Parts: sequence; structure tokens; C-alpha cells
Amino acid sequence: MEPRSRSFYALAAFFGLFVLFLYGPVITIGILSFQGPRGGLTFPMNGVSLHWFFDLFEEQAVGDIWGSFRRSFGLGLMVMVVTVVFSVMGGMAFRQKFRGSTFLFYMIIASLIIPSILVSLGVGLIFNILDLDVHWATSGFGAQLTWTLPFGLLIMFAVFNRFDRSYEEAARDLGASPWQTVRYVVLPIIAPMLIGVALFGFTLSYDEFARTLLTAGSYNTLPLEIFGMTTNVTSPVLYALGTLTTLFSFLIIGCFLSIVILLRRSQASKGSDAGKGMV
Amino acid sequence: MKKKALDPEKRAERVSWALVTPLTLVLGFFLLLPIATIVSVSFWSYNEWSFYPDFNLDNYMFHLTSAVTWATYLKTLKFVVITWIFCAAIGFSVAYFLAFHVQSLPAQIALFLVCTIPFWTSNIIRMISWIPFLGRNGIANSMLQSLGITDEPLDWLLYSDFAVVLAFVHLYALFMVVPIFNTMMRIDKSLIEAARDAGASGLQILTNVIIPLTKPGIMIGSIFVVTLVMGDVITVRHMSGGQSASVGRIISNEISLLQYPAAAASSVVLLCTVLLMIGIMMRFVNIRKEL
Repeated sequence: MEPRSRSFYALAAFFGLFVLFLYGPVITIGILSFQGPRGGLTFPMNGVSLHWFFDLFEEQAVGDIWGSFRRSFGLGLMVMVVTVVFSVMGGMAFRQKFRGSTFLFYMIIASLIIPSILVSLGVGLIFNILDLDVHWATSGFGAQLTWTLPFGLLIMFAVFNRFDRSYEEAARDLGASPWQTVRYVVLPIIAPMLIGVALFGFTLSYDEFARTLLTAGSYNTLPLEIFGMTTNVTSPVLYALGTLTTLFSFLIIGCFLSIVILLRRSQASKGSDAGKGMV
Repeated sequence: MKKKALDPEKRAERVSWALVTPLTLVLGFFLLLPIATIVSVSFWSYNEWSFYPDFNLDNYMFHLTSAVTWATYLKTLKFVVITWIFCAAIGFSVAYFLAFHVQSLPAQIALFLVCTIPFWTSNIIRMISWIPFLGRNGIANSMLQSLGITDEPLDWLLYSDFAVVLAFVHLYALFMVVPIFNTMMRIDKSLIEAARDAGASGLQILTNVIIPLTKPGIMIGSIFVVTLVMGDVITVRHMSGGQSASVGRIISNEISLLQYPAAAASSVVLLCTVLLMIGIMMRFVNIRKEL
């Protein structure tokens, strides 16, 4: 251990400012969403009330917030499941070289760096030319997968690069079939990482805007609905909605992280050293 | 005659192919095919109510000879460069603090999570949340006035290029922090001790040991920041109050006017620009090695 230098305190202060920069604005709208009924979009607070939250639950003049929330939630779950399953399969496949693996790898990277609006436009055009209706559960679903799958796969690549193969060899030596090895050895060891992939899958889908812009069809997802509101709504009801969705995101993140911690604890308490090679 | 058993290598390859099939189908249909469609539609013609197959270069001619296009690209590049500088500086400092100054692993993980959690929340909400801060009667203005720095509220805080860059840095700094932190965590601490034993000063260790070793992380972060800012559609529109242009906005405007072939041609030009920029950056890093 080294003595704490001056650079430590300077960088610690910088880090503190960075965290304030990240969270400050969101905390501000969190406070402002409790504005009194006659309050505006900025400070000072004009009384304190839950008026704007109640407003959200009433019939809206524009749009359908709760419907879009249900759609986004459902879509998030669909994207999450598919991302986890396909990423694990892809991660397993990429452990050995196969013909076409380099091409596929670059396709995955391309999926990550191609501007979202292009995916949106391209998928929209295909559906238009084929005379199909765009819908959030078909075209929107596929377009979002091009954003979540690369994240899931890159995480799985990193996981398997650090995976100790002797566990599998031991299982095989004990007579486990390939499927048994995967089911009882590999999956339990990588389980905490899978929760991470699931978290990415759900949250990236739940918040995605550009890729759903032209692919969601006539029923909006929540981010599209919120963006529509930013141009029409100029009352703190926007902040109330922002506060609620952010709290919802925090809740989801909290759930996933707790599952990870519980999984790790149960791995540790079973006296197994599984997963130790992963840190 | 008995059927010959498949040799294990071929078998393994078949298993791999089977495993990547679903993934390949998704990327094929929702990534490759859309890009191919955009490229072909970019040669099509259109009128007020429809677009139809054709082969002409008018869309490109119009896009590339328009002064607006060039001015917009210049403007977008300006956003890219400024955002990149801030993101790189912040990303490096934050990652350095986490990797080298925070000593225990649990503390590192906890602080790292504090940095990543906003990434999992809505970008649009994060943009909106700057309004009470930067507005004419916002926190920033009232603070500046009560400190006596300005007499009247500054108008350029919200709905300006300043706000656009601020929002970009706010949204994307994380894409720098994560890869740089990842590479820094893998630096062998004994290298730094060796440099110190050999008499290197703190600054020399930073410039001759740490920065060269974190270059891949910086490059991966840069690729993210550059592509995200280049392809942005809503941040510029929202934070500039509709006053600033960006390449993404050209495309989305053409889309809203239903000029799909024109939007496709603009998209192809944007894609080529982004790929060119990434091609240059990729020369400095081997992504497969960094996972």
C-alpha cells in the first residue's frame, strides 16, 4: 500500500464531481416532480404536492403512457430472454474457431457501431417494400436485438475467455455427457454473468429510441411516447414521468444486482470454488 | 461397410454452426438485409407520394452537392471532436482513479457500478433533466447571478451548441470509462513498480507506461463515442431546441418527408464516413484481443 498522494485527493474530488454530474440533473427533476399544482419547470418550488403524479394516472390529452409502458415492459422481457439465450449459444460457439467465425465476429461489431437510425430506416424499408405492417413486437423486436445482442455476446466472449476449461474436463472424466456438462457445470458457473447479460438486454431495450423510431408502428413504446411528450407537454408532469421511469429502472437494476449477489453467495456457501477463476 | 465416424474437429465445427444459426439469422435479417436495402433504395426514384425502383444517382448528386450537407458534416464533426476530447479526459481520469487509487476490489466494483447505473436508464429522461439546470431561470443561472458573475441570465446555456456538447458528454462519457478501466485493470502493477525503481517520475510513469498500455481501451471508447455522436438523431435536436443541424437530423427530416431514397442516400454517405473513421481508429487496436 502506498501513502495517499496529492493526486489521490485531486482525482477523488474529480470522481465526486463526475458522480454529481451524472446524478445531479436526475435528482433535480426528481425534486421538481413534487412541484405544487401551480409550479413550473424550474425552481423555485411552488409548494409541494403529488399533483403531477396523480396527473399521470388520469386520462391523458395526448398519447397513452400506460399502454406504452406495458408494451415497453413486454418488449424488454422478450428482448432479454432472446439476448440471453442467443448470447450464451454464440459465446459457446466462439470458444473454438470455425469457418465463418471471423466474418460473424465483424458482423457483431458492425451491429454495435452502425448508427441506429440506419437499422431503423433499413428495417422500415424492408417491411414497406414487402408490404408488411411494422409492429413493435416484430420489426421493433428485431431492430432492438441488433443493439442488445452485441452487448450480450461481447460479455459472453469475455466470460469464456476467462473460463477455466479444467472444470469441463473434470466433468467429462466423471462421465458427464456434453449436455450434462453444460447444464450442471458451465451454466451454474457463468450464472451471475448471465444475469448481467439479462440486465443489459432488458434495460437497453426498455430505453431504446432510435432503433424503434421507424419500426414500432402505430403503437408507441415508452421512450417514443416520452419523446412525443417533450414537444407537447410543458408542465412538471414530464418530470413526474421521468422520475417514475428512472425509479423503475433503478428497481430493475437493484433486482438484478441482488440476484447476482445471492447467486455468488450460494456459490460460496456450497463450498465450491466454481467461478473463482472469473474475477 | 460401417459408416465412418465424423472426425471430432468437423463435429465441433458443426456444433458451433448450429449454435450461431439463430444469431446469424437475426443479424442477417435485421442488420445485413436492411443495409443492403438502404444501399439499393438509395438509387431509386421518388415523387410526392411513393418511391419506386430505378437506377439513378440523383439522390447522391443532390446530397453531395448541397452546401447544407457539407456545413452539417462540418458541424457534426465539430461536435464529435469536442465531445471526444471531454469524454477522453473524463474517462481516463475516472478510470485511473478507480483502477489505481481505489485499493479494495469490492470498493472498485461498487464505485464502478455507481458510474454505470445511469447507462441503464433512459437517455431521453437524462436529456430532459438538464432543463431545470440550464434554463433561463435555472439553477446554473441563479447561481451565477447570486455569485455576481453575471448580471442577467445567460441565454446560451440551454438550447445551444453548449447544451448539445454537455448532453453528449453526460450521455457518453461512460462509454470511455468502461473500456479504459477494463484495460487499466489488466496492467501488471509490477510494471509500474519497475518504472518507479528505475527512477521514473509520476508523470513519466503516466506517459511512458500507463498511457501506452491503455491505448486499446482509449481506442475502443473513442470508437463508441465517435459513432454514437455521428449517428445521433435526438440529442442535437432536443438540446439545441431545433436550432442546430446534424447528419442524423438530415436523415430523419428526409424520412419524415417520406423521401426514403434521399434518406437512404444520406444514410449510405453517413455509413461510409463512420466506417472510414472507424477504419482509421481500428488500425491502432485489435478488438478480439481486448475481450
